Amino acid sequence: MSLPSTTEIIEDLEFFDDWEDRYKYIIDLGKSLPAMDDELKTELRLVKGCQSSVWIEPGEAGDRMTFIVDSDAIIVRGLLALVMAAYDNKTAADINAFDIDAYFSELDLERHLSPTRGNGLKSIVARIQAMAKAAL
Amino acid sequence: MSFDVTAIRKEFPILERKIDGKPLIYLDNAATTQKPQCVIDAIVDYYTQCNANVHRGAHQLADEATRRFENARDIIAQFLNAKARHEVIWTSGTTESINIVAHGLTKLLKAGDEVVVTAMEHHANLVTWQQACLQAGASLHIAPISDLGELDLDAFDALLNENTKMVAFPHVSNALGSVNPIKRLTQKAKEVGAWVLVDGAQGAAHGDIDVQDIGCDFYAFSAHKIYGPMGVGILWGREEVLADWPVWQTGGEMISRVSYSESSWNVLPYRLEAGTPNVGDAIAMGAAIKWYSELDQAAVQAHEKALMMSATEQAMAFDGLRIIGNAHHKVGAISFVMDSGHPADIGFLLDRQGIAIRTGDHCAQPLMDRFQVPGTARASFAVYNTLEEVDALFEALRKVKTMLA
Repeated sequence: MSLPSTTEIIEDLEFFDDWEDRYKYIIDLGKSLPAMDDELKTELRLVKGCQSSVWIEPGEAGDRMTFIVDSDAIIVRGLLALVMAAYDNKTAADINAFDIDAYFSELDLERHLSPTRGNGLKSIVARIQAMAKAAL
Repeated sequence: MSFDVTAIRKEFPILERKIDGKPLIYLDNAATTQKPQCVIDAIVDYYTQCNANVHRGAHQLADEATRRFENARDIIAQFLNAKARHEVIWTSGTTESINIVAHGLTKLLKAGDEVVVTAMEHHANLVTWQQACLQAGASLHIAPISDLGELDLDAFDALLNENTKMVAFPHVSNALGSVNPIKRLTQKAKEVGAWVLVDGAQGAAHGDIDVQDIGCDFYAFSAHKIYGPMGVGILWGREEVLADWPVWQTGGEMISRVSYSESSWNVLPYRLEAGTPNVGDAIAMGAAIKWYSELDQAAVQAHEKALMMSATEQAMAFDGLRIIGNAHHKVGAISFVMDSGHPADIGFLLDRQGIAIRTGDHCAQPLMDRFQVPGTARASFAVYNTLEEVDALFEALRKVKTMLA
């Protein structure tokens, strides 16, 4: 299935007022994120967090950058889906122009993106941004 | 003396905290314990009343600071039943304590020598020895553990021989909670003439320690895991061994006489305490150990055992949950994995319910590999935890399971 857009995600999350529903939504997003083939989950694609692992494989479709991402933790997969809504199948210029910090603060999920959480997400975002910059 | 957990909780101001409106349930005590008011007061009092550099000032504040600092050393010596107060060295914590010993060992090892550690080490008691061996051309040997998470005693014994120079093992495993038979292990290592270091990071807060009775050469632990402040800890060493142990850092208090061509070292304990020590925190560590020692130890141990038993029983009855580490003798911590989610998922969803646990590899990656898990969720207990909090953990885990399903 295709993931919702960033605008849809922000609207969806605003709709829930208790934490359980918000998390269930993120867990469901995590479940709907296409899995990476196990043979792709090599050291080369690994972004190691101390609590969970994240893998990333970049690709391209015409002038758009594509990414296959995965994590061993379902909530991190959900958070990755939020990142993919912003970055996957976008041009390098789109990725560069997108204000990811504002997006996350609108999602009100900063706590899970703090580097101390060791979930690898910050590194993934940094890596995608670096790839987009290099592709400009 | 009796034991009143409600009264003890009142001594820990942080336990009043709410997390997203829910009362904090702090079950990450193996990472660091919370601090009683008397320890916080000791820090504040030191900085408001008598901050001065120790051992050198010709004024009253320096005298008072020195007296409090050295008095704290006496408290630690008594806590460990050390033969002499100068066997107690202030460090920044367990990791530095082990590094001091490993650094010295590097100079004493030669090619062909052997060092033995166990498969349940956290990195501080593994990488230190690994690096010492690499530098000296010595070899590192790992004593295996069983599926229960207990040290394989026969295999441990078989690793010991006349080439074994150092044997290091944890008092208690941080990731599994297994308690090692440290006295027996020490005896065996001593039979081949090896030095013995006990990593007490997780052991110090969970039972009586008598270094003379254990018979080891070194015992290392941190203040912050036994109700004291962060950034200070202890290396205890047997006087005969420590007196000649190669110094590690140079400068400050550790020097006796200096010329431009050579220097001579101060006596114990100062020869291993380079630079200005962490005086305020050392004094607060003294306050923490004094506070802890004055509790009814039998009652404390009975209380912590009750917490562990309740947690273990509830974990065993929990469908889809598997305990990692089922040693017969465990204290302080229960590690587990769940079918429904990764340890990080469990941690996220417990946190949202006000419950603090640790998830991940517990700085013990080879041990996680041994059990073929990416990490575990670990609930660890202290004197102020209650049976109600254990029940709340499992209630919250049921919610986690439902949410991840």
